[in-house]
Amino acid sequence: MSPGEEHGTQMSPGEEHGTQMSPGEEHGTQTAPAEVQPGVEAPAREFGPLTRQMFVRYAGASGDLNPMHYDDELARSAGYPTVFGQGMLTASLLATFATDWLGADTIRRFAVRFREQVWPNDVLTCSGTVSSIVPDGEGDRVTVDLAATRSTGGIAVTGSADFLIPRNAAVCGAGRPSRQ
Amino acid sequence: MSSSQEVTEGPASGQPWEVIVERGKIAEFADAMGSDNPAYRGPDAMIPPTFLTTAARWAPPGSRVSVGFDRRRLLHGEQEYVFHAAPPRSGDVLTAHERIVERFSKPGKRGGTMRFATVLTEYRSSDGTLVAEAKATFIETAPRP
Repeated sequence: MSPGEEHGTQMSPGEEHGTQMSPGEEHGTQTAPAEVQPGVEAPAREFGPLTRQMFVRYAGASGDLNPMHYDDELARSAGYPTVFGQGMLTASLLATFATDWLGADTIRRFAVRFREQVWPNDVLTCSGTVSSIVPDGEGDRVTVDLAATRSTGGIAVTGSADFLIPRNAAVCGAGRPSRQ
Repeated sequence: MSSSQEVTEGPASGQPWEVIVERGKIAEFADAMGSDNPAYRGPDAMIPPTFLTTAARWAPPGSRVSVGFDRRRLLHGEQEYVFHAAPPRSGDVLTAHERIVERFSKPGKRGGTMRFATVLTEYRSSDGTLVAEAKATFIETAPRP
């Protein structure tokens, strides 16, 4: 059984993005930095191939010592082909991608939903798109949709994040306009 | 390790515990997340978005809540972190406090009942200001027929 099969689409708390503005609706966002507009995508970034060493390193750093992520014999006895990566490791790689793009100090929210397991030798591609920009105090609250996709095309983790970006500030990473 | 199928639900609110934000732990965590971002290094290192998962290491026994789900059917469904200002930095001392904020159940796709629980952890600075929140949604899949 794949855990994603059980919960991938069943939970609704994260579904609020359906009502956000479409890439064409740029009215009212003229205060955002020029390179951050709804529909702008971050350059995608690959992590991996994932190794058992990465799982062990994350286990130690996080304090989550569940042996299912580093003991192959135990994983097989539980019916898995090998060990698999921690969901929070994938979430953390996505966090690396997101904060390199729009800032470590400006992040105000980071949310993920776990959909599919990741395995040794997977290469994860992290992608992100600006979904909305709303004026917030002295800056703009920039909301982005995020995903970590396996080489198979399966989506391991989806997420979203908010950044509070000072008005007229330059952002760290260069986004590019989407072709939509 | 308990072999019991039914786990007793603990209290809905835990006890506050102290979390000390340290630069070495931040750098170790940044390494594990494949980040070389300078914001996560040095004496004023800032915490990465998912770093508060490490706060559990400071929790004395009995201070955290238990959702009471069977570990063999337990999934981590969603995780969210909210920061009410710039993320905490090395040297900050936070107070963490967990509580169960939501429980519900749904029919499983192959029968039985799936149970859900959401645990909210609030992180306050030494003057009591709410600086960050972590919200975890756990799922107990339906028992196999």
